Amino acid sequence: MAEAEKREAIWIARDLSKCSGCRRCEVACSLFHEKRIWPEASRIRVFMLAPGIEFPHFCAQCEDYPCVEACPTKALSVSTETGAVLVDANTCIGCGKCIEACPGKIPHMHPTENRILICDLCGGNPQCVRVCQEGLWNVLMIVPRRAHSFKLYARTPEEITRDLAVKIFGEEGEHLL
Amino acid sequence: MIFGYAGKFLEVDLSTQNIKEVRFSDEVLMDYVGGRGLAAKVLWDRLGSRWETVDPLGPENLLLFLAGPLTGFFPGGRICVSGKSPQCNGVVGSTVGGEFGVDLRCAGYDGVIVVGEAEKPVYLFIKDGDVEIRDASRIWGMNAKQTVAFLTKECRELLKKRYPKKGEWREPSILYIGPAGENKVRTAVVAAKWSHAAGYGGYGAVMGAKKLKAVAVKGTGPLPEVADLEAVQRLMQDVCNNAYESELWRRWGTGAAGYDVGAKQSSEPVRNWQEEWHDERSFGVDQFENRVWVKSYWGDFGCPTTCLKLAVVRAGKFKGAITDNPDYELQAYLGTNLGIFTPEGNVYLASVIDDLGLCGIQTGNVLGFAAELFQRGILTKEDLDGIEPKWGKAEAFAALARKIAYREGVGSLLAEGTYRAALKIGELKGVDVMPYAVQVKGIGVGAHGIRSEKDYPEVYSYACSVQGGDHTSVAFMPLDEPRSEHIRVFDDSGVICFFNTFGIPRNLVFDFYKAVTGIELTKEEWVNIKAMKIIQLQRAMLLLGGPDLQWNPEIHDDNPLRFYEPLPSGPFKGKTVEKARVDEEKRKYYELVGWDERGIPKSDFLKRLGLDDVDKALEKLR
Repeated sequence: MAEAEKREAIWIARDLSKCSGCRRCEVACSLFHEKRIWPEASRIRVFMLAPGIEFPHFCAQCEDYPCVEACPTKALSVSTETGAVLVDANTCIGCGKCIEACPGKIPHMHPTENRILICDLCGGNPQCVRVCQEGLWNVLMIVPRRAHSFKLYARTPEEITRDLAVKIFGEEGEHLL
Repeated sequence: MIFGYAGKFLEVDLSTQNIKEVRFSDEVLMDYVGGRGLAAKVLWDRLGSRWETVDPLGPENLLLFLAGPLTGFFPGGRICVSGKSPQCNGVVGSTVGGEFGVDLRCAGYDGVIVVGEAEKPVYLFIKDGDVEIRDASRIWGMNAKQTVAFLTKECRELLKKRYPKKGEWREPSILYIGPAGENKVRTAVVAAKWSHAAGYGGYGAVMGAKKLKAVAVKGTGPLPEVADLEAVQRLMQDVCNNAYESELWRRWGTGAAGYDVGAKQSSEPVRNWQEEWHDERSFGVDQFENRVWVKSYWGDFGCPTTCLKLAVVRAGKFKGAITDNPDYELQAYLGTNLGIFTPEGNVYLASVIDDLGLCGIQTGNVLGFAAELFQRGILTKEDLDGIEPKWGKAEAFAALARKIAYREGVGSLLAEGTYRAALKIGELKGVDVMPYAVQVKGIGVGAHGIRSEKDYPEVYSYACSVQGGDHTSVAFMPLDEPRSEHIRVFDDSGVICFFNTFGIPRNLVFDFYKAVTGIELTKEEWVNIKAMKIIQLQRAMLLLGGPDLQWNPEIHDDNPLRFYEPLPSGPFKGKTVEKARVDEEKRKYYELVGWDERGIPKSDFLKRLGLDDVDKALEKLR
């Protein structure tokens, strides 16, 4: 491949408070990966621990990849092309060590198979971003992967919910959970 | 085999705690689809022979939560709630948005049928094939926000404990009742999230009578297999593209109508329908958008329209109030109908109504009725337990709503809904107050008037509907016109959101049905045969009614008396509905749907549809 055509690694920038809760990202993700509409098998999942505070929860592609480090079977690796975490389904034993290692507890087990689900950026053309942009919600946006602290975005659903509740509801937000 | 169905329905008997799976034949599913259609079929088969004796609030009634084959596929998630209605004593297909139908189908069920009545408060927790009846005594009495917070936490903790290696569990989808449902208030809703509600029909009261506080479901499987996945994906995209093209509809939802319908069409209830016109700029959509909406796009599963908006009052005496939009119906019924013309007052009252688990439309209707009786001196401050419901006083209406939800004092009377309250007040006061009751067959009329004839319902639309005053299902000629209830019953049976069908060719919806199920269905077949059967079943059960009320179509297939008064203001001042014209249109409509001159479905018409048992049951009314 000529140098000019070589794809730059990407990151999905996110503005969570704009999420409408439409879950079209889950529909797109599961159709792409599973050929079914399967919300719980989607690598991006919209949490709604309180109504109005919906947001997509998905891999932040930490700069130091603690999940990859933690994998005892080396089933996880980093794509040299996109920067995404790749899961080798044959090697993954479903031990959950990567979930423990993730600061945001983002990886989750496939509903029917003994393997972990982590966003693979759809090989460089993330379907969740496509539908989010198409709907003009713009919660998700593709940006070049540069040297930023992406790990800050690996947060648990509870942590994110608490922050967004205050942003969206103000003082009331503290009492809603 | 029919594609697109999970294939099983869950049946839970709360009296015996027996839980089983039931199935319906392909034939039944092809004829009645799901949701409202299937509800009518199940209710007729199980209760039809003794319909008049079944108390809607007794253990014999069924409570149905039914999805349809299109639920989850057609953009915008909904579920249909039904049973014998404590408002009209017939059957209403009452749908509510949210992820419940999707989660339920991912758990392997197309619906839940609840029978019997629990001894103590319970809730159902469904995780795929694991179904539990759990104690709800700790949440009985909780308001909407408390209930959702409690169940979200409890169910996630249960899932985490049972499946520790799965990773973070998402919240289950929840349908629940607030205090109003618990107290069997006839204007109580079955709610989702904080402010989504299946309002028409009064099924919150049925849930309360069964002591069922909530149903929570988490399904981890995929949606059912479809006949043609490629076609489904293409059609989903078509529906989405259509929605994306109407940006202002997405941006404002139905929220633009709170001003528009009053100012331009002059068909919005103002002060209990004494007027249908206002030109209050303070109620403009820009005011809602700029003052209270904190999220301009808020939607349910797969929805491209996201017509909901999250509203928060940030300052002033109503600070802290949270609700959605309010949508047009609640802008009207908890706004203009009560003389309230500010977004803040409207959001505040809607949030109170949400928290109590009341229906904004039906409760706004009965509050307006009470306020007009107060205005006329028929009900006094003493009658109203010291509350003075003056037009525009949001706090007074909130106080009255609380009385209703807890059935305290005068609240117990108003908790019966406008029609029943009118009967009782008339008796108590020796005055006929029915002229102020704006309802049809026990159901308060939706916020779309007919006097200006600029809105969508026709002069016979409510009078002839099988769901009374329900604005989402009105009679219309020709029967295959999008607003006709013969078409809308497909949306409620599919189960899909009507708002995502705006602007797309109707045939696309039937193409969608075929792509999902593999079954060819034309609009003609639907309207003339399948929808016609469902409508006849609903009509039969509505007319059989009982045990406390029965409708005589010669009297009750009519508009509220108020609609025969001339409009007193606005661009259509003086316009009214002529009774003779209503009668003439009614005759034409009866002819079209096979009802005799008294409004009873005709014997040969029913037999031609294969509804011989319905024909026999109606013999006593002829």
